[in-house]
Amino acid sequence: MSEFTENLAKEIMAAVELNEGAAGPAGEGGVRRRDFINIAAVSFAGVGGAALLYPLVNQMNPSADVLALAQIDVDISAIEVGQAIKTIWRKQPIFIRNLTPAEMQAANAVDTGSLRDPQTLAERTKDGHRNWLITLGVCTHLGCVPLGASEGENRGEYGGYFCPCHGSHYDTAARIRKGPAPRNLEVPEYEFTSATAVRIG
Amino acid sequence: MSFPWAEQYRPTNPFMRWMDDRLPLPRLVYNSVGKGYPVPRNLNHFWNFGVLAGLALVLQIVTGIVLAMHFEASGAGAFASTEHIMRDVNQGWFLRYVHANGASMFFVVTYIHIFRGLYYGSYKAPREMVWMLGLVIFLLMMATAFMGYVLPWGQMSFWAAKVITGLFGAIPIVGEPIQTWLLGGYAPDQPTLTRFYSLHYLLPFVIAGVIILHIWALHIPGSGNPTGVDVKTPQDTVPFHPYYTAKDGFGAGLFLIALAILTFFLPNYLGHPVNYVPADPLSTPSHITPEWYFWPYYAILRAFTVDFILPAKLWGVLAMFASILLLFFLPWLDKSPVRSGRYRPRFRQFFWLLIIDIVVLGYCGGMPAEEPFVMISQVATIYYFAHFLVILPLLSMFERTLPLPNSISESVLDGEDAEAAPADLAGATPAQA
Repeated sequence: MSEFTENLAKEIMAAVELNEGAAGPAGEGGVRRRDFINIAAVSFAGVGGAALLYPLVNQMNPSADVLALAQIDVDISAIEVGQAIKTIWRKQPIFIRNLTPAEMQAANAVDTGSLRDPQTLAERTKDGHRNWLITLGVCTHLGCVPLGASEGENRGEYGGYFCPCHGSHYDTAARIRKGPAPRNLEVPEYEFTSATAVRIG
Repeated sequence: MSFPWAEQYRPTNPFMRWMDDRLPLPRLVYNSVGKGYPVPRNLNHFWNFGVLAGLALVLQIVTGIVLAMHFEASGAGAFASTEHIMRDVNQGWFLRYVHANGASMFFVVTYIHIFRGLYYGSYKAPREMVWMLGLVIFLLMMATAFMGYVLPWGQMSFWAAKVITGLFGAIPIVGEPIQTWLLGGYAPDQPTLTRFYSLHYLLPFVIAGVIILHIWALHIPGSGNPTGVDVKTPQDTVPFHPYYTAKDGFGAGLFLIALAILTFFLPNYLGHPVNYVPADPLSTPSHITPEWYFWPYYAILRAFTVDFILPAKLWGVLAMFASILLLFFLPWLDKSPVRSGRYRPRFRQFFWLLIIDIVVLGYCGGMPAEEPFVMISQVATIYYFAHFLVILPLLSMFERTLPLPNSISESVLDGEDAEAAPADLAGATPAQA
């Protein structure tokens, strides 16, 4: 045995004696060869069993074909000021809203320090496209789709979105203002590929 | 039941004592595979294969449950979802290859387990029920493996479904209605696929149940051993743990290495390339053959080519089923009081002839149904049945067996006297010196 394995064996032996008490005679230097082999073999089997867990667990993660759908291009040229559309990204609703100047003003007038999830409208939109509010249409409380993106729907007390499931009210920057939801509606990663097109994801 | 000298389960930990009074599961484990199960001390590595078959079943169930999360049992989706597993699902290729090659390894270890039983006379009294339950497991395994092979819905899958259900079509009068009933139509299609999927998921758990009966029945007389001599004294046994847990653990390591080699280096070696072609009801592949583990039976099926009172097709089917059902009668066909082939010189020769015969049948089963393979299959089929129906009964009447050792421990310690003697006495016992 090399010096390294011998030291390792000694350490393992010490652990064995702590756990089980020194049963039986120990050889020279307090190391019994059989204990070393025993622990090494069982440990290696344990490592193998743990390694096998990786594919068994990871197979439930999104597969390659699901991940391939994780990016979409949306044409926003037809959305008039004050209108919003719903689209689907990763099988989840996305709200794209063209804010009116009044809505932007209302959002900017709020003292962010008073918010549950403090964020300014500027932090939730892109430079040069401040009127485009793009968020997930998934309530941060328990995942329902809030109302307010379609014409005539209840937009809640703060004129943004309203989740009917448990009564969360979002303002014109889709920030949580009232109700049980913990965070603002999530802003996904996106970029403007032209003045009238965005790529989400 | 166990031997009177079996260690008793005496938990010292208060929680384990509390548990033992309410749900004695640790006691069951202790008495089944722990220190409380005395096992003959002379088992060789052929006694690993029961545990290995159990391990193979566990692997199949684990990988199978995971594959079922991604498989779609529909005519349009089965083939595509199998490819989806291979290409898109994280490590899906690994899980499917382990499942496919695991099936082959399951049969490898089961065949060795059965041959072990044949050689050492494990089917003889008092273990007839163990043997017969084992055969039930084997039949269930064959059904499960066949239905699993149909699921990827490739060309071989489709034609396997057609041909194997066609076996039932050979039964006079009711045959065709039975085949239609099995398929849920006139050819394998959506209904066939969904019912095969359902049963393929069910049967492994039935197998697990019969395995419990198999082990229960085994633990009444206890394991056999290579001498075939009954356990007589505590000197004949060692506790299952740690002696046979360690020995089985070593065997399991070798088993997993073999499975890993197949999975990582030869994943499609035992399969058929044409099964990567989607099922096509309009064209049969030029050479269809079942998986290797069915080849010997397939050769028997095809060995009957002449109508004789009954149609040749029916003879083939009858002979194929008989070749396995025959084994249920083995404990009463072989009446020799000596269990182990080790003390039956003539039996031993015929045993190896039978193995060669089965290998020849297997080879012919994998070959096209042409001469000379048909003729060889016919001769080998006749020999297969002659071995069980003629040779074994005659052997048990006329064979002169070798003297048995008085006990297991004597057979193990044989030669100790010679070893203990001073070197210059050259093998003479100390008493003679």
